[in-house]
Amino acid sequence: MSHLLDRLNFFQSKELEQFSDGWGQTTREDRSWEDTYRNRWRHDKVVRSTHGVNCTGSCSWKIYVKSGIVTWETQQTDYPRTRAGLPNHEPRGCARGASYSWYLYSANRVKNPLIRGSLMRAWRKMRETMTPVAAWAAIQNDPILRASYTKTRGKGGFVRASWDEATEIVAAANAYTAKTYGPDRVFGFSPIPAMSMVSYAAGSRYLSLLGGTCMSFYDWYCDLPPASPQTWGEQTDVPESADWYNAGFLMLWGSNVPQTRTPDAHFYTEVRYRGTKSAVVSPDYSEAAKFGDIWLNPQAGTDAALAMAMGHVILREFHLDRQAEYFEEYARKYTDMPMLVRLDEKDGHHVPGRMLRADDFDGKLGEANNPDWKTVAYDEASGQIVAPNGSIGFRWGEEGRWNLEEKAKGAESKLRLSQIMDGDHDEVVGVDFPYFGGAATGDFVKCDHPEVLTRNIPARRVKLADGSEALVATVFDLFCANYGLDRGLGGDWVSKDFNDDNPYTPAWAEKITGVEREKIIAVAREFAGNAEKTHGKSMVILGAGLNHWYHMDMNYRGIINMLVMCGCIGQEGGGWSHYVGQEKLRPQTGWQPLAFALDWNRPPRHMNSTSCWYAHTDQWRYETLRAGEILSPTAPEGDWDISLIDYNIRAERMGWLPSAPQLKTNPLEVSKAAKKAGKEIKDYVAEQLKAGDLEMSCQDPDAPENWPRNLFVWRSNLLGSSGKGHEYFLKHLLGTDHGVMGKDLGEEGGVMPKEARWHDEAPKGKLDLLVCIDFRMSTTAVYSDIVLPTASWYEKDDLNTSDMHPFIHPLQAAVDPAYESKSDWEIFKSIARKFSEVAPEVLGVETDIVQLPLLHDTAAELAQAHVKDWKKGECDLIPGKTAPNYIAVERDYPNLYKKFTSVGPLLEKLGNGGKGITWDTRTEVKHLRDLNGVVQDEGVSKGQAKLETAIDAAEMILMLAPETNGEVAVKAWEELEKPTGRHHAHLAEGAHHTKIRFRDIAAQPRKIISSPTWSGIESEEVCYNAGYTNVHELIPWRTLTGRQQLYQDHEWMRAFGEGFVSYRPPVDLKTITAAVNNDAAEGSPHVVLNFITPHQKWGIHSTYTDNLLMLTLNRGGPVVWMSEVDAAKAGLVDNDWVEAYNINGALTARVVVSQRIKQGTLFMYHAQEKIVNTPGSEKTGNRGGIHNSVTRATLKPTHMIGGYAQLSYGFNYYGTVGSNRDEFVIVRKMKKIDWLDKPASRSATQNVEAAE
Amino acid sequence: MFGDFDINFVIFGVMPYVALTIFLVGSIVRYERDPFTWKSSSSQLLRRKQLIWGSILFHVGILTVFFGHLVGLFTPVWVLDAIGIPYALKQWMAVLIGGPAGIAALIGSTMLIHRRLVDPRIRVTSTFPDILIMVLIWLQLAIGLLTITQTLQHMDGSEMVRFMTWSQSVVSWNINAWVTVVDVHWLYKLHIFLGLIITALFPFTRLVHIWSGFAAPFRYLLTRPGYQIVRSRRHRPLEERRRAYDKVQAKRGPTATTPAE
Repeated sequence: MSHLLDRLNFFQSKELEQFSDGWGQTTREDRSWEDTYRNRWRHDKVVRSTHGVNCTGSCSWKIYVKSGIVTWETQQTDYPRTRAGLPNHEPRGCARGASYSWYLYSANRVKNPLIRGSLMRAWRKMRETMTPVAAWAAIQNDPILRASYTKTRGKGGFVRASWDEATEIVAAANAYTAKTYGPDRVFGFSPIPAMSMVSYAAGSRYLSLLGGTCMSFYDWYCDLPPASPQTWGEQTDVPESADWYNAGFLMLWGSNVPQTRTPDAHFYTEVRYRGTKSAVVSPDYSEAAKFGDIWLNPQAGTDAALAMAMGHVILREFHLDRQAEYFEEYARKYTDMPMLVRLDEKDGHHVPGRMLRADDFDGKLGEANNPDWKTVAYDEASGQIVAPNGSIGFRWGEEGRWNLEEKAKGAESKLRLSQIMDGDHDEVVGVDFPYFGGAATGDFVKCDHPEVLTRNIPARRVKLADGSEALVATVFDLFCANYGLDRGLGGDWVSKDFNDDNPYTPAWAEKITGVEREKIIAVAREFAGNAEKTHGKSMVILGAGLNHWYHMDMNYRGIINMLVMCGCIGQEGGGWSHYVGQEKLRPQTGWQPLAFALDWNRPPRHMNSTSCWYAHTDQWRYETLRAGEILSPTAPEGDWDISLIDYNIRAERMGWLPSAPQLKTNPLEVSKAAKKAGKEIKDYVAEQLKAGDLEMSCQDPDAPENWPRNLFVWRSNLLGSSGKGHEYFLKHLLGTDHGVMGKDLGEEGGVMPKEARWHDEAPKGKLDLLVCIDFRMSTTAVYSDIVLPTASWYEKDDLNTSDMHPFIHPLQAAVDPAYESKSDWEIFKSIARKFSEVAPEVLGVETDIVQLPLLHDTAAELAQAHVKDWKKGECDLIPGKTAPNYIAVERDYPNLYKKFTSVGPLLEKLGNGGKGITWDTRTEVKHLRDLNGVVQDEGVSKGQAKLETAIDAAEMILMLAPETNGEVAVKAWEELEKPTGRHHAHLAEGAHHTKIRFRDIAAQPRKIISSPTWSGIESEEVCYNAGYTNVHELIPWRTLTGRQQLYQDHEWMRAFGEGFVSYRPPVDLKTITAAVNNDAAEGSPHVVLNFITPHQKWGIHSTYTDNLLMLTLNRGGPVVWMSEVDAAKAGLVDNDWVEAYNINGALTARVVVSQRIKQGTLFMYHAQEKIVNTPGSEKTGNRGGIHNSVTRATLKPTHMIGGYAQLSYGFNYYGTVGSNRDEFVIVRKMKKIDWLDKPASRSATQNVEAAE
Repeated sequence: MFGDFDINFVIFGVMPYVALTIFLVGSIVRYERDPFTWKSSSSQLLRRKQLIWGSILFHVGILTVFFGHLVGLFTPVWVLDAIGIPYALKQWMAVLIGGPAGIAALIGSTMLIHRRLVDPRIRVTSTFPDILIMVLIWLQLAIGLLTITQTLQHMDGSEMVRFMTWSQSVVSWNINAWVTVVDVHWLYKLHIFLGLIITALFPFTRLVHIWSGFAAPFRYLLTRPGYQIVRSRRHRPLEERRRAYDKVQAKRGPTATTPAE
């Protein structure tokens, strides 16, 4: 009753009940204070959700709701158990996740729809007299009115709007754009569906029904390792983190597990208690470094040299001087090493050429189907050249032989790995290999070896179909020569001694990387020694530290080679663990129909973002890297020294890469013209393209017809995080104030592109409308024209998976979306509804033409055995063969909303599938009708299954995907049995009746079911490990040879010297010019450093760096890290304000001076936004800038290759990537800290007027 | 009506009752309504620097001064007479003990104020009452020390007896108590006035911990029946610890064996 009176108990009896012989006694004190602590853990409800950020953590969380408010979150601990002997997954989580609930009620929350004031003013004025589309047209056709809002982007001036008005503007803009320029001018960017699949699908479904362009992310983020598709024909497939516990030797290479993979790090600490040895490769003393038994710290960017030297040691000691039996067998069965390669003559020398095919031989070795796509090898058993099972030619057009059984034409075979034995080769020839070590610039060690190294190879003469003779060698023999190994064949540039200064010896690597040769040798020996004893349980965890370099393929292939040499791929506890980007959308094949509206029309429009942004933010106009600088001295004859954009245009033209926009003419108009001409659309387009009457947009990215006009950004922070070349985005795409300090090629008088049309005046402000959908005011939001408030991760229903663990679990609405926010699903639904209302003003049922590149996992991947360009007259333009395909797609614009909210008929008509197989899915669609209900309203969707809510959409994914529906899994495996001719369905038969529903995963995360979409299996015997089914089920890799492809024989690969792996120093981007470096001119203290952007501890990707809790734990604003030595050079002390700049732009930050950082490097952790504590730049006069203010994307031609087996385009599978680590910046102390806190030019009152 | 109004009546006649009422009622209300705010709000976790010396000097000094005032003012004059302590002797004792203690407290509180205002962590976590009460106590100490200059002019204890009379009159509900201090030096008056202000502010500041400071030891010593375990941070050699443990083991209280045995 009263605390005080309760205490005044002096007159109460002191006789208390005693027990335990007087050691204990029972008191009668007031205990109501305890309720305070009990109430602290008393909640309205505890709801399961997670964080839909780009993080691979995918941790399930408990969200606590009290009095209708989310109070906090803690980690869930109820993951299904792992098998005996393996630690469990739980608990998973980190400090970043635990801080998330701060956002819900923070000042950063976007609470209502916001519109740029000047746009709102113009819109309302026009709408007084006009219909919506006419109003939007009027604004666009008035340059002053358009500039009034495009030029003020990023300068404040938002006013509050209603949902009705905001969605009307968006719908009108989309309709106007589709009508005027074509629907492919409406773009949408959203990353990583795996983190919140339904939210991604909401936007992409709307765009796909509209005909808009869905942009890729994995390649743009540079998280895609192109080495993976090159080697395995697989985007990325990796072991789950629990599999680390099975490793016997674990390397961490450019990956900082405790810092960036926090929830999984426990497996790393646990396996060390099991006795596993760990080597950590990291230039800086990272958090991971202290876990290592040995720490190697190479110069950043030279990892390939280190990997090559280790490969040199492994080959020497385990393949040549002594043949480890397990390694030999593995190499013969699972790699392309026994395959034969032609040695082409060039200027009297030999260079490795194409792989030999059945087609090259008399009678095509009896292979009638795709003989040009069947690689060959010597068979020891028959002593003949055979086309063994499994190469990609067996995948399409026949059944039963696309497998890795040791067979050829039905007979047992044993492929010969090497022709080194005397009887096996006819002669020893010198073969030229390119060497790039001499191309190093700046701080990187330059070697004085020649740029062509000729090494001796055992070769054999074979007779070809045309009667000519060719010299051939096995990949293995070339491979060993490439590593500079002396095999007793004489000649130069090969070594027996690790101490020789010859390329790829440990002594050579020591010079380049700074790592002592003894350490290199020791690690290589232990790595391989463990793999030999354990049959492949050596693992490398690698990450962005390697993959963000221009020549990332070399870093990765160097490591992949080590793993393949040691038979680690596909073995539990071994393999390649690339955890960069959250790429594993486990129920992918169930999700695709929802996300790309494949239930209504196919194909969707996909675009690779890197090429798109490179062209449309006009970064190509400033390109300093010429293809000639990276070309191999052994390149075949050809027109190679052209601009990078020219390569991209050629690739698009030949159907290798997608385009967006696609044709300069509105496709809705082209289809009308085709109809008028009475021709098939495909033929009409081909004819017009050849005649030059139709033009592909890629040739002229600056022509107004080819601009991207509308852009949706959702679940993303494009401008604050991933936008490489941030200042170019601001200058050309948005048309607002920017910090670009360099001049374009026209002004500089540089070498002009050949294929891309040059406009002297570069466009500024290509976008008519930028719409950002976010729950917080991010950097992207402040630059947008319309900001729509979305539900946070605790306010919506969605699905989440990861590559780190095998579970699927939900996001759930613990509370309703706060303020006026709505979930992404509801937002796009409301835009779709509005669009259907507005569109009939100008659009009806239209025929759209989708331009489709030659896709991987379709028969089109066999399109181009040789590179031929129709434009140059080397071949005819055949859509889908020598050029992209052109496919007519009907767009029923007035019914877009009805289609959005129902499951369309194509699933029942055409089935569903993925990765090259298709299965019937009528049963699942019927089940969906039963589960979600059937649309009763009249119209196109009547009788179809409903898709009203986000949970309906989630059920569609779960129902259709083999990973979450055992019945589908069995069907899918049975489909795969047709090409392979082997029994696989046993992998899922036990789960035949398992069907995972949304409410199931709300109760507990569920383990997914094994499916042919992925190369690992879910089992009680082994952990999920990539390549497992290739090795153990003998399903071929989806590559040319069907095996792990270590030799890339495509002409462009050979031209750029990447047939085999080599060490390639970082490229010179020439961003520190005399003109920009005024500190050097003035003689003021500064330092030039390599600019690196790793992932941080106080934020994850783009979505966390403005969180007050995390900011408080760090320094409360943007920081860069540098070594003490560099700081002393520039006269800096810890916490000084510094400016880092080059011709791309400038950024401001405080400096952290640390012993941890290696000299020569500047770290700026990724995505520290300019909206928090960022002062103005002295250089540009604009606010600070972000980490990407000093970067620019640079394309690599080898990433554009298409129509060639594994080197074929797939969305987020292959394509150009946005590398950014070869960049250098000038760092100097800031003299004046200007917070730029004066009001912008337009006064606030005017905006208020506009709102009224 | 207010013709013979005297400000002295308000300050020394009425205000003591107002202040004491606020002090008592306010303390009880806070204890009842908001028990979790009843704390000393130590900033030791944020920074030890300057706290240990400042706090010890301040607390030793202020406690001495406090008990000096308590005993000195509230011991009835007749008790002094009965025991036979001359007033002058008591006056000397007050100056000689209270003076150094007051100086110690002043030095301590100066350090604490400096720390509170200058140390950025402490400053940013300080509330307005935290700073106000510190400043008032510092002023009170300074004024109290200044009154010694007056006291030294009449070491016979006559002034002291006036204050004893006033204090005792106040607590014995003598409405005319104020008359006894009308003529004292203004420094004394200011000291009393400030003392009353601090008394009134007491329940609204961290000073409430004084209640607990007085209550806790008594509870532990007199009424708390349980046991308190103290682990020393002082390092004892292993050998010595083992012996001490054996000793305890040897003479453990209850000898009854547990059921398991």
